[in-house]
Amino acid sequence: MKNNAATPENPVSLKDTNARRKSLKSSITKPPIPPIRKSSIAKPPVTETGVIGWLKSNLFNSPRDTVITILVLLVFYKLIPPFIRWAFIDSVWFGPSSGCQPGVGACWAYIPANIRFVIFGLFPAEEQWRGLIAMLIMIGTVVYSRKRERWKLSLAYVWLGNTVLVAILITGGVFGLVPVESTKWGGLLLTLMLSVVGMTAAYPLGVVLALARRSKMPTIRTIAVVYIEMIRGVPLISMLFMSAVMFPLFLPEGVTINKIFRAQVAIIMFTAAYIAEVVRGGLQAMPKGQYEAAESMGLNYFQMMRLVILPQALKIVIPPTVGILISAFKDTSLVAIISLYDLLKTCQSTLSDPRWMGFSTEAFIFIAMIYFVFCYAMSSYSRRLEQELSAGQSH
Amino acid sequence: MQKDRTSEPIWTNAVFRATVYQIAAISIVALTAYYLFTNTTANLAKQSIATGFGFLSRESSFEIGESVLSFSSSDTYLKALAMGALNTIKVSLIGIVLTVLLGIFVGIARLSTNWLVSRIAAVYIEVLQDIPVLLQLYFWYTIFNNVMPSPRQAVIPFNGMVLCNRGVYFGIPADHPAFLWMGYAFILTCIVIFFIRRWAKKRQEQTGQIFPVFTVSTALIVLFPLAAWFVMGAPTEMNMPTLKGFNFEGGYNVSPEFGSLLLGLVLYTSAFVAEIVRAGIQAIAKGQREAAESLGLRSIFIMNLVILPQALRVIIPPLTSQLLNLTKNSSLAVAIGYPDFVSISNTTISQTGQAIEGVAIIMIMYLTISLLTSMFMNWYNAKMALVER
Repeated sequence: MKNNAATPENPVSLKDTNARRKSLKSSITKPPIPPIRKSSIAKPPVTETGVIGWLKSNLFNSPRDTVITILVLLVFYKLIPPFIRWAFIDSVWFGPSSGCQPGVGACWAYIPANIRFVIFGLFPAEEQWRGLIAMLIMIGTVVYSRKRERWKLSLAYVWLGNTVLVAILITGGVFGLVPVESTKWGGLLLTLMLSVVGMTAAYPLGVVLALARRSKMPTIRTIAVVYIEMIRGVPLISMLFMSAVMFPLFLPEGVTINKIFRAQVAIIMFTAAYIAEVVRGGLQAMPKGQYEAAESMGLNYFQMMRLVILPQALKIVIPPTVGILISAFKDTSLVAIISLYDLLKTCQSTLSDPRWMGFSTEAFIFIAMIYFVFCYAMSSYSRRLEQELSAGQSH
Repeated sequence: MQKDRTSEPIWTNAVFRATVYQIAAISIVALTAYYLFTNTTANLAKQSIATGFGFLSRESSFEIGESVLSFSSSDTYLKALAMGALNTIKVSLIGIVLTVLLGIFVGIARLSTNWLVSRIAAVYIEVLQDIPVLLQLYFWYTIFNNVMPSPRQAVIPFNGMVLCNRGVYFGIPADHPAFLWMGYAFILTCIVIFFIRRWAKKRQEQTGQIFPVFTVSTALIVLFPLAAWFVMGAPTEMNMPTLKGFNFEGGYNVSPEFGSLLLGLVLYTSAFVAEIVRAGIQAIAKGQREAAESLGLRSIFIMNLVILPQALRVIIPPLTSQLLNLTKNSSLAVAIGYPDFVSISNTTISQTGQAIEGVAIIMIMYLTISLLTSMFMNWYNAKMALVER
């Protein structure tokens, strides 16, 4: 505990100040304190350090704490052993579903039996290596982008190039690759495609919308505001319904666009509105001097934005942007409702197989873990980045 | 740089360029709208789909699984949509109350000095945030349908609560006019408390005397309805769920659809709310508490007068947007068959084929909710804004 009364910031009366000055003087005239020998320092009691000290200060600090800790441990004792018994001891890991005992142990045999379908959907079995490489490229691109020193224009080209590569791998039809119809795309592959392509396209669109919303031209600003507020006001599922039932009516006769592409467009439009709001926050946080300095250098609007404002503004808002990307990734699961075979839908459809019907808990835990791993990686990255950025600002 | 303005070419003039850009933007939007409109009218004419909102007054000819007011298939589409809206409002309101309570609880637990409690809260927050809400809804729904026993083998944790695959049944007090009067008494007390608060604040500003508003209001809000209950004859009869044939009758039934939707939404959103609450409390500088302590304030006043007003300023805006998210996410009800607004609109679309009107109705409904919320937010922000000198 710091001595509150003695800090110079505190408004204290004159008398107090004088008294303090006096005491300060007397302390100065005192002879210096002799150095302390090490052996004379009393060691803290055992109960304050090490494991016991940790336990005492973190679990049994007060009577109330002790009661809570004991209650929690009691609940753990009741719940954890049966769970371990169900998940690990009485569980079946391989073989057909007939070897499982529903209600007794977990049937993890579901995973090896269905993993190919859950990951790749209806993608032809002999072409699945292409899907695998495409997924690795997509994950690799995201992982590659994590370093701050790589955030420059070349990164955009990396994304663009890899997107083309993934598109070639998935659709085929060139370089001797067998064409694969879009109706066959599915599983984790589709989930990753929807989210990575969604991110790639929504980000620039969001930046443009944010700039439009900050524009001095009233009509452009109004268009941006109406777009952003309308999209943010409605649930994603209504956008997906729009893409599924309403969009075909918009097209001229004879033109059809496949369902996945339509859903992808809905996701892009939806995510872009949210990114626009985050980017707008970054633009607003830029001090006015930056704009004025850029203008006084004689830069025009596009040069000012590209060279001065955006590089700084986009960096500030990276953590909330990652947040948007995480929710965009989770939200791709909504395409299951308009019956696209994403990770959630392929998993659900394995459960309509009579052999695996009763094992929904295992199946859902499995894909929940897949979603969790991706989201957790992104969110812990975002947290670390936030710390780095805030540490950078304080200097 | 003295330059004659008239000698500038017109395309370098800022006003001229702005006008050109704006005209271009409007033209693009208008042309796209016109293109889509002509395509759509052509398509609608070709598929002979009716247009306009005339279908709203037609007979809906479908049943709704559960609705707040009674509904039959001979009622109109408009009424069906209204029932859907009521269901959405019902699940959202109950969800919001539970989410806020659970979120505050978990958020405070996250800041607990007890390591175990803080860790559990951290795991809760991280795990529930990182799993799509739709997956969570499916999970709870299959738990209700597959794991819960049939009504005959129902689980009865205590008298007055029954768990089975038809949902959860609660025993509730049997119908009696006394409960209506309790409701009136409650509303009356709220009004009285409002005036007491105003009077107490005025008196405190004038004389410095503090009136124990919280204690008095709590006492009033408990005692008044209780008094009404006694005066009306203190009915104690209960309406208990009882097994009749293959199902339970009586009591209050929470259907599996409603139950899993509520559970999924509350657990998912409360994880976000917990993070917001934690951040809000941590955002208050330590010096604020120390300053309040050194003024000699009692701990309840430190919380009420110093910490909470500042923490709420940080907490309320993101909290509102999370609660709005909960309301929007309630539209996922369509996936598990709870008849919310989107689900009924969807049925309407597939029956009438009028997709454009249907989607428009959905969007208008949610836009209205969002706009009302953001109006509230603006009002609140203006009220709470930091008055800086």
